[in-house]
Amino acid sequence: MIENRPILTVFTHIIMILGVALIALPIWITFVAASHDEIRMLQAPIPMLPGSHFVENFKQALFGAGLSGDQTPVWRMLLNSLAMALMISFGKISISLISAFAIVYFKFPFRMGFFWMIFITLMLPVEVRILPTFEVVANLGMLNSYWGLSIPLIASATATFMFRQVFLTIPDEMLESARIDGAGPMRFFWDILLPLSRTNIAALFVILFIFGWNQYLWPLLITTDTDMTTIVMSIKQMLESAEQSPQWNIIMMTALLAMLPPILVVVGMQKLFVQGLTETDK
Amino acid sequence: MAEIKLDNLIKAYGKVEVLHHIEGDIHDGEFIVIVGPSGCGKSTLLRMVAGLETITSGTISIGGKVVNKLEPADRDIAMVFQNYALYPHMTVYENMAYGLKIRKIPKDEIKRRVEEAADILEIREYLDRRPRQLSGGQRQRVAMGRAIVREPSVFLFDEPLSNLDAKLRVQMRLEIRKLQKRLGVTSIYVTHDQVEAMTLGDRLMVLNGGYVEQFGTPIELYQKPASLFVAGFIGSPSMNFMDADISNGVATLANGAKLKLSSKFNGPATLGIRPEHLVADDKGAIKVTVDMLEQLGANTLVHGILDGTQTSFVVSLDGIQVAETGSNQTFYAEKDSFHLFDKETGKRIVE
Repeated sequence: MIENRPILTVFTHIIMILGVALIALPIWITFVAASHDEIRMLQAPIPMLPGSHFVENFKQALFGAGLSGDQTPVWRMLLNSLAMALMISFGKISISLISAFAIVYFKFPFRMGFFWMIFITLMLPVEVRILPTFEVVANLGMLNSYWGLSIPLIASATATFMFRQVFLTIPDEMLESARIDGAGPMRFFWDILLPLSRTNIAALFVILFIFGWNQYLWPLLITTDTDMTTIVMSIKQMLESAEQSPQWNIIMMTALLAMLPPILVVVGMQKLFVQGLTETDK
Repeated sequence: MAEIKLDNLIKAYGKVEVLHHIEGDIHDGEFIVIVGPSGCGKSTLLRMVAGLETITSGTISIGGKVVNKLEPADRDIAMVFQNYALYPHMTVYENMAYGLKIRKIPKDEIKRRVEEAADILEIREYLDRRPRQLSGGQRQRVAMGRAIVREPSVFLFDEPLSNLDAKLRVQMRLEIRKLQKRLGVTSIYVTHDQVEAMTLGDRLMVLNGGYVEQFGTPIELYQKPASLFVAGFIGSPSMNFMDADISNGVATLANGAKLKLSSKFNGPATLGIRPEHLVADDKGAIKVTVDMLEQLGANTLVHGILDGTQTSFVVSLDGIQVAETGSNQTFYAEKDSFHLFDKETGKRIVE
């Protein structure tokens, strides 16, 4: 639709700017709050312009004790979150790649049955099966460990289904050609399927990394050791655990730091991500 | 180098038999074309030789060795696919080298073979490119190159030219033919295009509905088609057929016209005559009402209806000819150029 009416242009721009402002304002306030000292943040009205304590707050949050009190330093929590998010993403991607490979390229009894079983687990997210899952993880002695944080979240019907669709778009001749070339199933998987689904893997990685990074309920349940806290749950705890009024400057700095890795992942992999979601040519 | 023997081959999907008792001996170095309309089972037959389809019963042997149970990679074959099936993420070089790499052939040997094949096919300058950066014809060459570097004893082609435009197809057709003669490798080529089949093959296997209609040289097929199907399929435009009653060397058509034949056969039969064997002649016995003319420059196709019947009729005349639509034309044909087929079975009547 091509329209050339100035009023409409102005109007659409206003709407757009309002929308951007609506989303950007909280982030701006977070940033401003992270750059003032503790006292200033308790006075009303809250500041709207950045202050001069940004570097100081940054150091205190990242390396210091975080809040006054015996909190884990934020770098440790960032590391925990990163480990969890990476383990979840890699785990999910590898398991779904392999199961999709099995379902698409192998004929075995009850193949469709297995496919539907995997598909049905879509209806059972962690929140629904949280008690039994906790029981299993506890009995396996995986409480307070990276394994406990990530393994129960690894099985993924969505990713399996996605890779199945990707594999189905790869022409049969590719497989036949590889067979004539003498490539066995695993060789075909490594040499042909993986490179061909590269962009899809990247797209999925972005989504799964953010999914893993934002986990809240599950880490809250299975970690009791403060050394194992993830950054997302720690922000909430910071609000509660402070004996005095909350130290907004440090909390906001932590929030800023928590936002950073997903942003880096999205920005860094944006090109592949878009290709992976739109590319159809195989 | 190897000969291929197809012995009583049957392919069935469940209870549905799609190929029936296929027999065939293919000599070493021969170029065989399997031709037939779509759905006749020709690709299935090729894929059975390749090992991509299982064999329901019967045997295939390559070079004297039964290969029924062998994986495609162990049959010493190479295949060129219709859509080329090049690996999109590999360069041309890697595409050609992949099969050799899996076979653990030394690197310098791979390099030598790939470069040799690239020289033969004139694709040396594209070795570093990826398939999507190549045109259809170039991809076709890469697909051929991938087959050549394997140095197999059998080449299999599955309609390799059908994705190319008409001009390129003619050019590639000649190149495939030359290449095959030069390498002397036994080849099986599947196509639905009878011109391609006639020009490429040493011998043609005409398949129809899963049966071999005829297996012979292009000239045999043209001159002595074994059935109505082969007669209609080979040659363009295809043969004209008329119902006729034959007695004492004279065929009487449905419209009463009488044609002299050299056959001693007596009784009802289907009479066939190729469009190019007819000449315009005022005293000719074949009367045709002209429907439409097709001017091809070198010859003129006259489409019409056999006078007094509903049988459509095509005549190919040399050069540029003119005829009014709706006018009557008469044609004559030598008595040796007629073909006789059994009315019931459609088989050629042999004396």
